[in-house]
Amino acid sequence: MIVRISNEGQYRIDDALHGRLNDLDDAAVAAVEADDEDAFHEVFEELLDLVRKEGHELADDDLEASDVILPPADLTFVEAGEEFTGDGLIPEPAESAG
Amino acid sequence: MPGMGGRMSTVIKAKISRLLDRAEDPGETLDYSYQKQLESLQNVKKGIADVVTAKKRLQMQSQKLEQSVVKLDTQARQALSAGNEELARTALERKNVAQTELQSLDQQVTELEAQQEKLTESEQKLRGKIEAFRTKKEVMKAQYSAAEAQVRISEAATGVGEEMADVGLAMQRAADKTEQMRARADAVAELEAAGTFDDLTTLGTGQDDIDRQLAELSSSSQVEDELSKMKAELGQGSGGGESKQLEEGQGS
Repeated sequence: MIVRISNEGQYRIDDALHGRLNDLDDAAVAAVEADDEDAFHEVFEELLDLVRKEGHELADDDLEASDVILPPADLTFVEAGEEFTGDGLIPEPAESAG
Repeated sequence: MPGMGGRMSTVIKAKISRLLDRAEDPGETLDYSYQKQLESLQNVKKGIADVVTAKKRLQMQSQKLEQSVVKLDTQARQALSAGNEELARTALERKNVAQTELQSLDQQVTELEAQQEKLTESEQKLRGKIEAFRTKKEVMKAQYSAAEAQVRISEAATGVGEEMADVGLAMQRAADKTEQMRARADAVAELEAAGTFDDLTTLGTGQDDIDRQLAELSSSSQVEDELSKMKAELGQGSGGGESKQLEEGQGS
């Protein structure tokens, strides 16, 4: 899966990490719904760090499109309200491969 | 691109599809995409230039305020040693306001510097992608059948388009922030124009409105603290250590 962090770059992520990413994504949605700004920033930072640390940055001459686009790190809580709703930004992992 | 949610993804998707809509045959797609990419690169350069201009403007504003802070401090001392405590207090109130503005301006300059750096990085990245696209399009033209080339080109163009759209969003955010800063800097300039940070001795009577606003803006306890500190300094040194500063103030 290819994930872009807006204003930073694209990362290739192992599919095995999909579950963890999705959990953090759901936690971000929950924090937005609970109107808990501190919790949101904590979870969002963790989500971005996971992508940065575990992902492999795509080379500049790689022209692949992203599967997921995450907002930039300086996202405000107000903006977060427009991003992290419903199922969040990371799609739920499929039950089986496919 | 399945599974893309969120407003930014939607904006980026819309930008990409607008970019690809015009493509009818592979040759046209290639040329149109490449031309669009180069245009976009020009826009990024323009965006960076705008940020630099905004930064320079804030830096100039900041220098002016720094001078005002020094001047008002000197005037407060002069007023106090001449026994005019009211004037000294007014000078310190203004100095307080100027200092607060100065801090906020310096912070904004730092923010703009970070934005400039980020946009420059983005520009380099986009330049790399466009260069890759240019190379790939030649390969595609030569090696693939029209149908296959069409698919591969639109994939590659989508990749570059995404990068462009992302840089576009970054520029939009930078522009929004710069606009807010500009408004703030203009407000400071207005205060300056109203004589707020000017030489106090040039102020006549009838400045009540400005004084009232300043008193509201500046934290009075801070002013009182500074005033008593200044009194103590002047009382102890009885002019000795301060006379140099006073002379500097009069000279400027």
